[in-house]
Amino acid sequence: MTRSVLNCGYVALVDSAPLIIAQELEFAAEEGVELNLVRQPSWSALRDMLALGHLDAAQMLSPMPVAMSLGMGSLPAKIDALMVLSVNGTAFGASNRLSARLDGVPFGDPGAILKAIAKRVSGPIRIGVPFHFSMHRLLLSYWASTLPELQIEEVTVPPPRMADAVADGHVDAFWVGEPWGSVAVQRGVAQLLMAGRDVWQFAPEKVLAARHDWISQNELEARALMRAVYRAAGWLDANQNKPLAVEILSRSEHLDLPAELIDPAVTGHITPKIGTAPVQIPRFLHFHKFAANFPWRSQAAWIARQLGADGAGIQGAKTCFRSDLYRRHLFGVNADLPGASEKVEGSLKFETAVASTRGHMILAPDAFFDGSTFDFS
Amino acid sequence: METGIRILVVEPDEDRLRDIVDALHDAGWQDVKALAQISAIARTVKEYEPEIVLIDLANPDRDTLEHITSATDTGKRAVALFVDQTDAALTNAALKAGVSAYVVDGLKMNRIKPVLETAIARFKVIRQMQSELDAAKQALEDRKTIDRAKGFLMRQRKMTEEEAYSLLRKTAMDQGRRVIDVAQALVTAADLLS
Repeated sequence: MTRSVLNCGYVALVDSAPLIIAQELEFAAEEGVELNLVRQPSWSALRDMLALGHLDAAQMLSPMPVAMSLGMGSLPAKIDALMVLSVNGTAFGASNRLSARLDGVPFGDPGAILKAIAKRVSGPIRIGVPFHFSMHRLLLSYWASTLPELQIEEVTVPPPRMADAVADGHVDAFWVGEPWGSVAVQRGVAQLLMAGRDVWQFAPEKVLAARHDWISQNELEARALMRAVYRAAGWLDANQNKPLAVEILSRSEHLDLPAELIDPAVTGHITPKIGTAPVQIPRFLHFHKFAANFPWRSQAAWIARQLGADGAGIQGAKTCFRSDLYRRHLFGVNADLPGASEKVEGSLKFETAVASTRGHMILAPDAFFDGSTFDFS
Repeated sequence: METGIRILVVEPDEDRLRDIVDALHDAGWQDVKALAQISAIARTVKEYEPEIVLIDLANPDRDTLEHITSATDTGKRAVALFVDQTDAALTNAALKAGVSAYVVDGLKMNRIKPVLETAIARFKVIRQMQSELDAAKQALEDRKTIDRAKGFLMRQRKMTEEEAYSLLRKTAMDQGRRVIDVAQALVTAADLLS
């Protein structure tokens, strides 16, 4: 039997791990597909290649399919999120100059950081983000908007160049995915002030995306891909597999990163400042636990709302997070499926057991730092 | 062929940048600006206001460019892409999708001209459609505003629809303003009073 080969785009980041593991540990082969992983130089290029049919599927920033469904950005196309690839995994950091002014502010306290910036820094601050339609940018806007007098200027910087941008004063601060936050710290040009999860404890970061019509015309391939990635994500999130995961990822030609730069995100041991001990950040990045892979329609709705969509836009955006396909295709791979496809985002302050098909689903806290909740039903 | 169009070329490799600019000049485009330093791109786009931006598909700075061009005004400029390998399928797919992104074989300079011409023609069609769409949207909004203003007058002053419209028109003429401006003022006032 010849297996279908799926061209699958990714950007070299630690959180492309589920795709790499699905290929390297042959979860894809076991599900009957072969993954041809194609590295992309930018998110715009990845989006174009996917939209124009040169890629069958791709890792995408979670706001990208939503933005496209709202007609935003330079390329109109109907792209769906099959599942969530990773939750959290970003960090906010500041140049040494800005960090010095924020001395004494505790790590991971968004409210205190904001107040300190407003009080001790005059004039606008320039903040680097990887892409306009990214969770980084949405979390930054959400966080900064709670203090309207704070002036920020958003600058798009490719993540591998973030440390340089900080070093030569092009940006004062940044919001970036691993390993690029740790790279800036190791180079001694910046300090990390908080993790993305400190602003929203359960933010869908990357999704597995494909064209809407490709999904309906290639149901078997979509199913195999989703199952392979689901199993890879489960393998990645098991504690006993983490050292081996770091080893495989650093050796694979796909990332081109040394183990010491992959390790912090995978294990959650983040070093905020050079010369200090790493801190253990719970749920810094996860791939599978707490139903992380389930594409909650309310997550798409939250993203659409942050992008400025009206009521009709929000309802439309929900449909590009394909919880319907997730239910259909992951039945039978031991996946526990939640009873609902939407939740009130921000309502969980603690780990909470919820109704599910297998009856033991626990959801992680998903609270926002300011206590807001979002009900889109 | 229109050669008065402003083209910005973004390319970090100075030799390659020179080759591309020369090829554009040879093909008849005179208003070409070269940029090797990406850090200056925001300022350059703002000051030079290029109608077309050429950038390598493999250039990671594409996301920065995308943010700058879409944050200012998407309809105003096209981003054309060039790659080292000619990929006819990709070029055609891009053209068919009607996006302002085109692929030029960066190394075969003789191919720049026809592809860029197609890109410009296509870009103009899209821009035309966009401005027609904007005009249609605006007309619809204006009509809604005028209808609301008429409705307000009909209720408040017990007028017929025709009388209400005549009053709006007369007021506009007397004050040297457009009907839509008078209607807008009335709707705003009505909202404030309700």
